[in-house]
Order: sequence, then C-alpha cells, then structure tokens
Amino acid sequence: MRFVVEPRPEPSRLLWTVTPILALALTMALATGLFAALGYNAVDSFLAFFVSPLATLNGLTELAVKGAPLLMIAAGLAMAFRAGISNIGAEGQLIMGAIAGGGVALACWDLSGPWILPLMALAGILGGMAWAAIPAFLRTRFAVSEILSSLMLTYVADLFLNLLVYGPWRDPEGMNFPQSRLFNEDETLSVLVDGTRFHSGIPLALGLALVVWLVMTRTLLGFRIRTVGASAAAARYAGFGTERIVWFTLLASGGLAGIAGLFEVAGPIGQLIPQITPGYGFTAIIVAFLGRLHPLGIIPAALVVALSYIGGENAQVLVGLPKAVTGVVQGLLLFILLASDFLVRYRLRLAHRAGVAS
Amino acid sequence: MNIEMLVSLLLTTMTAATPLLLAALGELVVERAGVLNLGVEGMMLSGAVCGFAAMSLTGSATLAILVAVAAGALLAAIFAFLVLTLMSNQVATGLALTIFGTGLSALIGTGFTGQPVPPLAKLALPGLSALPVLGRLFDQDALVYLALAATVAIAWFLKGTRAGLILRAVGEADLSAHSIGYPVLRIRFLAILFGGAMAGLGGAYLSLAYTPMWVENMTAGRGWIALAIVVFAAWRPWRAAAGAYLFGGVTVLQLYLQGSGLLPVPPQLLSMLPYLGTILVLTLISSGPFRRRFSPPACLGKPFRPPA
Repeated sequence: MRFVVEPRPEPSRLLWTVTPILALALTMALATGLFAALGYNAVDSFLAFFVSPLATLNGLTELAVKGAPLLMIAAGLAMAFRAGISNIGAEGQLIMGAIAGGGVALACWDLSGPWILPLMALAGILGGMAWAAIPAFLRTRFAVSEILSSLMLTYVADLFLNLLVYGPWRDPEGMNFPQSRLFNEDETLSVLVDGTRFHSGIPLALGLALVVWLVMTRTLLGFRIRTVGASAAAARYAGFGTERIVWFTLLASGGLAGIAGLFEVAGPIGQLIPQITPGYGFTAIIVAFLGRLHPLGIIPAALVVALSYIGGENAQVLVGLPKAVTGVVQGLLLFILLASDFLVRYRLRLAHRAGVAS
Repeated sequence: MNIEMLVSLLLTTMTAATPLLLAALGELVVERAGVLNLGVEGMMLSGAVCGFAAMSLTGSATLAILVAVAAGALLAAIFAFLVLTLMSNQVATGLALTIFGTGLSALIGTGFTGQPVPPLAKLALPGLSALPVLGRLFDQDALVYLALAATVAIAWFLKGTRAGLILRAVGEADLSAHSIGYPVLRIRFLAILFGGAMAGLGGAYLSLAYTPMWVENMTAGRGWIALAIVVFAAWRPWRAAAGAYLFGGVTVLQLYLQGSGLLPVPPQLLSMLPYLGTILVLTLISSGPFRRRFSPPACLGKPFRPPA
C-alpha cells in the first residue's frame, strides 16, 4: 500500500478555511507536549496557557488590548502580502508611528482640548507611512528588495526611539529614568471598562479592519491588489500599474502599523519608553497568515495570537513556565499552518494497482 | 592614529566579520541551490545558545561548536522539510524559522543568562604570529581562520568541482537538472543543512568568542545582515568575504567612534550605521549598471515539484 501525492485541480476551499483551526489544535497539543517535556505538569500548564486568559473579565479584556494592535497591523500586512509585497518591517513602522504621535503629545503636554488626540493619531499614521515609504521608494526606484530594507529600518527605528527617550525627550522630572513625560488626560485613550485596560482604541481597531475588508472586497483598488498578487503579468496586461500598488500597500500597511503604535503609547503605556512593543510587528505576520490574509479571518486570528501573549504571562505566574515559551508557541503555530497548506493544494491518494505507480 | 591602533582595529574587524561571514557563506550555498532561507537569524540564535549551553555544561569548546552546528542544521532540517517536501512558501517559512528560533533560543537560554564562560582559545599560526606589529593578526581563535578557509573552500567547490557545478545547475535550471537525472530535492536538502550548520557556527562565534556570554537576541540582526551580504556579494564567496569584512569594519568603526568620543553624536546614531549601510549598499547594487552583473540564481525562491 502506498500513497501518491497529486495536485488538486482547484485548491480546496473547505480546507483553506478549516486548516487554520486544525493547525491551532495541533499547536496546542504540541505546546502541551513541550511544557511536559520541560518538566511542568501538562494539564496545569495547558490550563494556565490556553484557558486561564479566557476565564476572567480581566483576561478577556487583555485579549482585546493585545489583539487590537495585532489586528490593525495584520490587516495592513494582509493587503501587502496579497499584492506580493513582503513588508516585514511593521515593527519599525509601529515604533515610528508611536514616536511621531508621541512627539505631538509631548509638544502639547501643557495644553488641553479634544483636538490633541486626533492630531496625535494623524501624526502616528503619517509616521508609520513615512517609514514604509522608504522601502516603497527604494523598491520602485532602485528595485531594492523590501524584505531587507523594511527589516533593517526596524532596527534603525528602535535605536531612534532609544535615542529620544534617553536624550531630548527624557522626562525632566523623571529622576533620569529613560522615559518621557506621562501624556496628559486629553492625550490618552479613555478606558471603556472600569478596572481594566480596555480602551477606546480597541473598537477603532475593529473599525479599521472592517474598512480594510471593504476596500479589499468592494473596491476596484482591492481587486487590483488581488490581481497584482495573483499575477503581475496579468495586471500589467490589464493596465494596472504595479508601482502604484507597491506604494499603496506599503503606505497603507505602514500607516496601520503607525496608528497601532500610537494606540499603544496613548493607551496602555501612556508615555514613551524604550520598549513599547513585545514584537507585535513580527507576530502580526503570523496573524495575517493565520487569518488567511482575509480582513475578517484576521479578527479571530488576532485574538488567538493575543492569547499566546497573555497565556505566556499567566503560565509564568501560575506554573512557573519561562515566558519565552510564548515565542516558541507562536513560531510553532506558523510552521504548522504553513505545513497544513500542503493539504489545501495537494491530496494524498491511495495507489491501488502496483503497476500504475513506479 | 598610529600603526598599533590600526592593527587593533583590523583585529577587531576580523572578529566582528567572522560571524557574518560564516552565516553568509552558508546562505550563499543555499541560495546558489535555488532556495531562499530567511531563517538565518533564528538559526544563528539557536546555534549561539546551544553552543553556549554546551560550553557552560561540559567546558569543552569542541563539543560546544559541534552542538551549535547541529542545532543550526536541525532547525534548517525543519525548514527543508516544509519548503522541499511540502512546497511551502519560502519567504513565509523562513520568517517562521526566525520567529521560532528566536523563541526557542530564549527558552533554552533562560537558565544561562549572565553566566560567564571562558572565551575560545587563541591559535597562534606558527611563523606568521611572530611577525612584528602584524603578528597579532595571526594569533586569533580557530573560527576566524576557519571562516576564511571556508571562503576558499566554497569558492573552489562551486567553481572547480563537479558537485559544485551540479549544485549551481540545480539553482539555475532545476527542471533541466532533474531531467538529466540529478536529485534536485536531495541536493537542495543538503545545501539547506549546510546553510543551517554555518549559521549555527556563526551564532556560536558570537556567544563563545565575540562576547563570551548569552544574552537574548544577541545576534541583533546579524542574520539579516548576512542575507544582505549574500546579495551584496552577488552570490560569490570572495565578495561575501569582502562584504563581511566591510560590515565588520563599519561595526568596529562605530564602536571606536563611540569609545573615543571624537564625534559628539549620540551612540544610538552610530549604532544605526551597519543597518543604514546595508540599505545603502543594497540600493547601489540593485539597479543601474551593477544590476546585470549581479543577477540572482534563476530558480531562487521557487518551489520545485518533480514532474511525474
């Protein structure tokens, strides 16, 4: 008895939708095995990592707090990936958004008014866009791969933030700690659920994801993005400029990462500090793929990946697992998901007659 | 600046270049076989932490290096299975490898942060190390020489051997290579393993010799710079060595300027230099008159499925 691998005439739509869920289940099983292999009680660590965040109001709101930036970034990245543009520098674009928007907050620290927060948001978007414009320019003008340029710029952005909070933007009354002034009340997102960190940026994040969904499914632009990704040659034949799609998807994904960064500093953090993201810009890549590059699929995917962050923290507190397991679980999830794609495009068939295959 | 200082700078340039060169040479062979592995950073980190752990536990440098090589190759094997057997997207799988390797290295390294280990022993080359002034350049740890020897060996392998010719054929025209009867997937698998082993070795150089300790994310983007060096080198080993030394030089220059206080600029601005330098170099070679002389292997990044 042997199996033959053969391409499906059409990729299976059912498996395309179902495999992310299977991949998640398999990841949970393997992660639990890993916890046990590290010498922790399998049941306790499973419950701490995957279940405990869902059991309390605080856990659920934290899921939204961490899911929101992932959702916004992944919505932008999904557009770029759909067009075949590998923007992997969202982490840097997030940081530049936080710097630009945070800069507005610091400049206005002794002012008040409802206009400040929208201005900060605008600056955040522009900051992220500006950072993504560099790889867009280099790619369209000099044919530089956006993979390496956008990633290198992440390190530059990180150092730039570091420079600011250790230098000119350090709080003059902060006892020399590397952090900026606290943003004032008109510069922070209001908390919507008392006693939690559930802030007004979260519904906005959801709204932005829906806007991306409308753009991708209901507009000519969305159609063009999908066409360019499916076949650059076909898009050229139809008269779409690939250059404009490169610019649009990079700017859009940069802008979304930028506002995600601003929401972090204007929301849960409330000031600029050297470390404003636990790698959201990178894990959003997992979210985008887990959500099948579909703006609606990304919503549950963002919550799942957010769960891995909170689960990691809880597992550290409750059973003493090292916090670093979060990264392993996230990487495992993406590996398994990519592996499962094989089933979408190919099928295994039993080879019946011995004479046929050989 | 006197001659002594110049030699010192050259010496540190060699050490800064070594991890970049080792990882870049490995990736160069992988890409020459037609596969793009963006997981270099993850494999380097895993090599760094596994090598460090082995050194810390056994005290044997040889064993530590072997463990680092095995760790890099093991992660590469996962990547190879996904992209070769399951034909997954190489860019996405490489990113997954980096995310996974980064997490795994942090997990393994949890108990080892802050521990000291003795640095790799120096290996004085007989004769050369006795030279006046320049002698110090020939009194370094074995991996510095190994990286240079590997450059020579890989250049010779690719250009002067039959196996190297086959590897290049697989990267330039996989279908033709297959139809003549070469096992495309097996050759790519071996190339990917080699790339992982070299990345692991490069990582181990960081945690065992460059700064003998383990710190989370200690590669700080060197895996990505190694990828850039491969492009910069136009997939040629000698130019990769030149590129690695150039980037090593930029790193050392930055450290020197920071230490000397000659330039009144914040240290973070100088730390940006290697990353900005990478972008600048990529810009210079990606278009214009250089473009044609620097074309990538024709099958780079494309999945291969043997025709039935």
